[in-house]
Amino acid sequence: MQADSASHARGGLGLQFIEFAKRYGARFALRGVSLAIAPGECVALVGPNGSGKTTLLKAAALLIRPTAGRVQFCSASAKGTGPNTNDDSCVIKRYIGFVSHSTLLYDDLTAEENLVLFARLYGLDAPDDRARAALDPAGLAARHKDLVRNFSRGMRQRLAIARALLAGPKLLLLDEPSTGLDRSGHQWLGAALANLAAAGSTVLMSTHGAGQASACVTRAIRLLGGSIAEDSAVCGDPRAMLAAALAAHQEA
Amino acid sequence: MALGRPIGILLAKELRTEFRTRELLVSTLVFVLIVLVLFSFTFDPTTAESRRFGPGLLWLALLFAGSLMLHPSFTREQSNDTLVALRLAPIEPVSIVAAKILANFCFLLVAELVLLPVFAALYNLRLLPVLGRLVAVLVLGTLALSIVGTVFAAISSQARMRELLLPLLLLPLLTPALVASVEATAGLFEDRPALPAVWVGVLAAFDTIFLTVTWLFGEYLLEE
Repeated sequence: MQADSASHARGGLGLQFIEFAKRYGARFALRGVSLAIAPGECVALVGPNGSGKTTLLKAAALLIRPTAGRVQFCSASAKGTGPNTNDDSCVIKRYIGFVSHSTLLYDDLTAEENLVLFARLYGLDAPDDRARAALDPAGLAARHKDLVRNFSRGMRQRLAIARALLAGPKLLLLDEPSTGLDRSGHQWLGAALANLAAAGSTVLMSTHGAGQASACVTRAIRLLGGSIAEDSAVCGDPRAMLAAALAAHQEA
Repeated sequence: MALGRPIGILLAKELRTEFRTRELLVSTLVFVLIVLVLFSFTFDPTTAESRRFGPGLLWLALLFAGSLMLHPSFTREQSNDTLVALRLAPIEPVSIVAAKILANFCFLLVAELVLLPVFAALYNLRLLPVLGRLVAVLVLGTLALSIVGTVFAAISSQARMRELLLPLLLLPLLTPALVASVEATAGLFEDRPALPAVWVGVLAAFDTIFLTVTWLFGEYLLEE
């Protein structure tokens, strides 16, 4: 299996959370988080369940409006970009890939139809060719005409990752991307992330610390109760934080 | 990206999914055909009585069809969070709502295509002399049902007791459009068929107002 998913990414998209807070009902999922992630960084978010990892990723994907604060994006060429309008959001979303807990795939479409649909929505050239090219490294080329409802959990996860990589994202957001993957899937994901990192893309992922995906991590941030408890950029070693997160996860 | 292209892409996806599974169309058609047949047994379908009751029964059946068909348009996006995938795409959020409205409009028109001949046969009505004008009324009335129904399907899909909520929200708001549709249809089945301009105007205004409101506020419908 190859990992050529970074072939379209050129440079990364950095982001900055400024006093970002998100409240669901009476409960704060994020409490005034201030965090800057430079273009090209590969950041792991660790922390127990309910610590705010998924909410932070959703905020970075522009899926939720903040209760307070804001999120800004910057690239090497443009600093402090919106999003202030829908047009701004559309431009930024073009560069964001997102792998969620859910697969974000249509069960009643085939693997190829799913990718073609999103390639078209992202305005990519030759969507059919792009879809086929994305299925091959994911190891799903032989099943491209199968409905997604007939896929195993691991195959769905591979397709979900292929969907997120389809447009060559400059910012890739992953929420526990290793879920359901077998050994070769882990290897493919690790290689794909390494390729993206080599192309300068920014990666932000929540993880429990295990797997090939964590190999390219350059920075780790531990969230606790919706706030940043520890940041390896300030003090500490990302490897040690990932190891501690893995130990805590296995203990739980 | 302009609105037209994503709407076209998403409409094609909706149609492909539905015509592949036929989940909505078949169940809705069966249900509504049963309703029409039951009505025909309840009311003596002589021509005079049909002219009085027929239009109301037809639109009642279409309302039932709409209630059944519109509810899953957003709830079936929840199984794999596919609505999130659409919201992630670099497209105007309102284009997602617009594609759903158009898809529901198409599905309801397909249902009407099947229902109309059955309705005419059961209620002893001649459609051919007024077919063009009837189609105009059906298109305007179905558009109203699709716009309001899709908007409230989006709102109710995130609520508890969503199955109950949709009809509760839908019926009061649709009342002006339903009254106008029934009156316009009834005018076509008079001894001297005529299309009442006032009621057609009400329908057109209703469609215009709700389309504009949806265009202005559609993006908020999809937020968590």
